[in-house]
Amino acid sequence: MASVIHLSDVVAVLGGFPALAGVNLDVDAGELVALVGPNGAGKTTVLRVCAGLVPVVSGEATVLGFNLVTQSRGVRSRVGLLGPAGGFYDDLTVADNLRFFGRASGVDAADTAAAAERFGLSGRLASTRVSQLSTGQRRRVALAALVARRAELWLLDEPHAGLDAAGRDLLDDVIQAACGAGATVVLASHELDRTAALGCRHVNLAGGTTGVGPGPDDGPAGSGGSDDCDHGAGPEVTDAA
Amino acid sequence: MLRDALLVAGKDLRLELRTRVGIGQVLPFAVLVLVLFGFALDPDRGILDAATPGLFWVTVLFSAVLAVQRAFSVESADGVRDALRLTSLAPGGVFLGKAAAVAVQLLVLEVALGVGVVVLYGADPSGWALLVGTALPATAGIAAAGSLYGVLAVGLRVRETLVPLLLLPVLAPVLLASTRAFEAALDGSPADGWPWAGLLALFAVVYVGCGIGLYGTLLEES
Repeated sequence: MASVIHLSDVVAVLGGFPALAGVNLDVDAGELVALVGPNGAGKTTVLRVCAGLVPVVSGEATVLGFNLVTQSRGVRSRVGLLGPAGGFYDDLTVADNLRFFGRASGVDAADTAAAAERFGLSGRLASTRVSQLSTGQRRRVALAALVARRAELWLLDEPHAGLDAAGRDLLDDVIQAACGAGATVVLASHELDRTAALGCRHVNLAGGTTGVGPGPDDGPAGSGGSDDCDHGAGPEVTDAA
Repeated sequence: MLRDALLVAGKDLRLELRTRVGIGQVLPFAVLVLVLFGFALDPDRGILDAATPGLFWVTVLFSAVLAVQRAFSVESADGVRDALRLTSLAPGGVFLGKAAAVAVQLLVLEVALGVGVVVLYGADPSGWALLVGTALPATAGIAAAGSLYGVLAVGLRVRETLVPLLLLPVLAPVLLASTRAFEAALDGSPADGWPWAGLLALFAVVYVGCGIGLYGTLLEES
């Protein structure tokens, strides 16, 4: 299977602080991978590195065939990143935001409208300013923008956060459908039951490195960089980080 | 690039229409500055007549700082900069769009201020061709330089104080040239003003060119 992400001894620095201090990660096409680890482990930074938003200081980093050391901008239009913040203009309406980011990303208006409909953002909510939305509704807007984008690589940072039960189930369906359609999904999460149910491969991060720290089913003294998940209906995974 | 510029300019102008910061805050600020200058330089002493062009453009510059800060504060919201970097927009197009939106707002402001100096200072406008021929390149230059320096400060906590510190010295030539050109227009000697208008056009071309070429790098580094 073709490699979508290849990170080898990747080091990234944020504000003078080494946010990643030697990350190794390999993800194949169509795979579903969950980055797990404590707060500050570097999960978000790994996602942003893969999106081409954080420069790689040293190591090898290739995403979707782009060398992130020299071609980080090239990969951006082919990934979809769901960050902890919505990434929308608060004073514009939901429809304004989806239309702007859709057109800016070369997405058909029909795809944007269909994604908005799917996440319950049509009707009154469409004409509501983003600043007036609840956290969960903002999350739905971000997910709608992500789905409309039809990215080859989905990078999801705590995707279930802020969503109600129905929204979480819908998100899981969307992730499974994306994988089924050939997209690769890497998500950072603390909700191991959810990621396990999705059938993902778990990769542990701690202190900005992979291969240390407890796995999802391990005790505090556990170790190992990658755990294949046995349950769930996700893709079969054999690769290790 | 033009398509991207129109998209970004449309978004910024829509933001202005939704929030009305320009009409509700920047325009009243500009009128207030005009009124305060009027109080400080008593109209009866004739000083205002001589100082009107300079006061007009000083007020435009102060207002431009507010407009630029507003234009880039919306890009500083959580995640917006990342979202923008993940789009397919050409950096040069984003720069042109943001500069165009600022320029449109400044032109509206200048029309309102023009009415203000006629009403408050008793100015007698003449030499319309030179006035327009000065205002257009001056506005383009201010908007382009503002957008270039605005993006430098977009990721910084101190951007509210940094933008005026960076921008106002750079715009000193615009203030000088536009004031001289307006003086010539109002004095009825437009031939003396056109060279200054040409200087303003050169300033605008240089900053638009620099913006198109450098905006992407500055956005990455900010």
